[in-house]
Amino acid sequence: MQDLTQKPDVKTQGGAVLKLDGITKSFPGVKALDGVELELHAGEVTALIGENGAGKSTVVKTLTGIYQPDGGSILLNGAPVRFATPQDAADAGVTAIHQETVLFDELSVAENVFIGHAPKNKFGLIDKKAMFDRTTEILNSIGAKIDAHVKLKDLGIASRHLVAISRALSVEAQVVIMDEPTAALSQTEIEELYELVDTLKAQGKAILFISHKFDEIFRIADRYTVFRDGQYVGAGLMKDVKEADLVQMMVGRAVEQLFPKREAEIGEEVLTVAGYSHPTEFEDINFTLRKGEILGFYGLVGAGRSEFMQSLIGITRPSKGAVNINGDVRVIRSPAEAIDAGIVYVPEDRGKQGAILDMPIFQNVTLPSLKKTSRDGFIQLANEFALAREYTERLDLRAASLDTNVGALSGGNQQKVVIAKWLATKPRVIILDEPTKGIDIGSKAAVHDFMSELASEGLSVIMVSSEIPEILGMSDRVIVMREGRMVAELEGDDMKPETLVRHAVGINSTGDAA
Amino acid sequence: MSLAENTPRHIPDRLRSPLQAKLVSWESLLLAVGIGIFIFNSLASPYFLNAWNLSDATFNFTEKAMIAFAMALLIISGEIDLSVAAIIALASTAMGVAMEMGAGTPVLVLVGLGTGLLCGAFNGALVTKLGLPSIVVTIGTMSLFRGISYIILGDGAFRGYPESFSWFGQGYVFWVITVEFVIFAILAVIFGVVLHKTNFGRMVYAIGNNPTGALFSGIRVDRVKMILFLLTGLMSGLAAVCLTSRLGSTRPSIASGMELEIVTMVVLGGVNILGGSGSIPGVVIAAFVMGLVTFGLGLLNVPGIVMSIFIGLLLIGVIALPRLWAMRRKS
Repeated sequence: MQDLTQKPDVKTQGGAVLKLDGITKSFPGVKALDGVELELHAGEVTALIGENGAGKSTVVKTLTGIYQPDGGSILLNGAPVRFATPQDAADAGVTAIHQETVLFDELSVAENVFIGHAPKNKFGLIDKKAMFDRTTEILNSIGAKIDAHVKLKDLGIASRHLVAISRALSVEAQVVIMDEPTAALSQTEIEELYELVDTLKAQGKAILFISHKFDEIFRIADRYTVFRDGQYVGAGLMKDVKEADLVQMMVGRAVEQLFPKREAEIGEEVLTVAGYSHPTEFEDINFTLRKGEILGFYGLVGAGRSEFMQSLIGITRPSKGAVNINGDVRVIRSPAEAIDAGIVYVPEDRGKQGAILDMPIFQNVTLPSLKKTSRDGFIQLANEFALAREYTERLDLRAASLDTNVGALSGGNQQKVVIAKWLATKPRVIILDEPTKGIDIGSKAAVHDFMSELASEGLSVIMVSSEIPEILGMSDRVIVMREGRMVAELEGDDMKPETLVRHAVGINSTGDAA
Repeated sequence: MSLAENTPRHIPDRLRSPLQAKLVSWESLLLAVGIGIFIFNSLASPYFLNAWNLSDATFNFTEKAMIAFAMALLIISGEIDLSVAAIIALASTAMGVAMEMGAGTPVLVLVGLGTGLLCGAFNGALVTKLGLPSIVVTIGTMSLFRGISYIILGDGAFRGYPESFSWFGQGYVFWVITVEFVIFAILAVIFGVVLHKTNFGRMVYAIGNNPTGALFSGIRVDRVKMILFLLTGLMSGLAAVCLTSRLGSTRPSIASGMELEIVTMVVLGGVNILGGSGSIPGVVIAAFVMGLVTFGLGLLNVPGIVMSIFIGLLLIGVIALPRLWAMRRKS
């Protein structure tokens, strides 16, 4: 790896509690980690930084025994270790606070903290007194004013979060991993979390802090490590680095022309969205989409993009706002009405929302088009096979037969079935939500190629993506969302990786209002 | 990743013919079991192979099967209705009240069907409008509907239904073919066509396999479920008409415990209790199998309580055997 030579000297000074060396992890079709390095030091916070898909979560899962690495070694206090199960990792003192820890509403705080490893008395039964005492001790150590006897359902979000943290600390931890711990917290709760991090530092724990937010990284991290596309890019001390450098490292590459964007003739306005709002998920979304245009929606995970798109097709109702499609003002209350209006949505969650995995390909494709393929409500199999064949072959689907269940196909081919299903309804607007997430390179290229072809045939495309190369390579125009709001609309030369990231994370190193 | 090919690859419709698929199916296995029981019964009792006895035996399943058809659709869609036997009680009681008020046969039938439909609407509304789980809702309405019957009737009974009303449960269409059996046969065809040949049936499968995916595909999931609850209620009303007509009286304990026999019939017919798969032919065969078993055991003077043991064993056996077989083949 060419970056190894750039490794700052501080990393080699020793004293690392935990060290990852050349860790590799592959999944079918994807190399999630490719020889990555990471060092965590006692009493210090190391921030792990990278775009969505850079491999951060995979590292966490490798460190906590959920995944086994294919290659490389994990050194704990200098000795190589293997974490075959999450329990192994916990026994070795590596613990994680996940984005969403599963807690149990009907159990008490102490039971939640010690679930699975409660102290036992001499009869092998749970030693309740010890459990409650230990819990109170842990709660005190992080300054949480919570009664260990209270049932979890009676606590608010912030207190629940502290319980999750206490659970992580209930094992004798040397290493604490915090995976986007502030994602669901309000500003005051975040401040409290920062204090907690300081407490843990003072106790000499090595902390891995994963976050998208630059302000908090600069606020609490001592060191940083940057990953990109499953590879180690660089590491160093926070005091030696500037935001702009980190953004550069995250985005890195020049955006290659991997993307077969064709020149499409952009025509009249097809869809206008005005003042679309939702009580909690998004606010005041306004844009116009033209015929033949590909409009990209960029933002971090949780920026409200999918929620907005799902509201546009009637899954959730907006509190305010209207849609004008081809000059016709409509309120869309259900996906059925969206299909009638010519707006279709290819969801991110293929298995749950996109396809019906246990049903055959042809039945998946024709599901929204049954009115067209049937006669007087009676199924016409020949029509169904014909329609399914027309669109799946156009997408170059690879399947043994059209009555194969969709669940038996690879991710990329499943996605082709879902796209075929929606194209068969002959829509005016197609919304693609993370259309190439988790699919192999070959299918990715096919999906991109096809998207381009559709636009040049006059279809209007909205593409939600967290992958910058994809957004920049495919879009005519990009809208950036952050925390439920549109924060930028970029066109032409303004569409640069740094600009997108800056708007998405909300920093303004140039001094402009972000 | 062979993107180089320019001509799209041809994908065949099917690899196996539909006939081939049918041969190695649950339905064929069940049919084999049914034929086995038939042969066993004819050897075990000299009274079995008698047209009139066999005709009598159909009463063991015709009323249950009417409801089982609708229940099959409901279970395939991922819901269930455990209040069906209680609906029979309430519908029968309503007919009794109407009869006391001097209603004739046509009105009695309408009252029976109408009560069933209302009960179905109540269940359906609770499930689709309030988003409650159907198993809980219908366990509740099971007590509610039958409770109303008990309040109205107490220890008493309604008797004295008009002569013409007895046609439904006691009449014959032709030789040994009963009215109920004809209703059963017609319903089997109608439900079979609806589930297997219409868009509606396709939607039922889609909802049962993945309700979220179905919703995202533009299916009006709640509307389909509401229709299924209405259908189940209506069929329970129809079964109430037949059963009341056959017994000639209404007691509040009428049809008690029948809901579990109906669910058993549906599951025995190969319908996945978790939803998503199953067929009407399967339920039809299951109805016959259950009818044959009860009738055969009856001829051998096996008491009713022991009979339910056999039905239970049959259900567990038929469901467990293919699984055991698959496990053995794997190891």
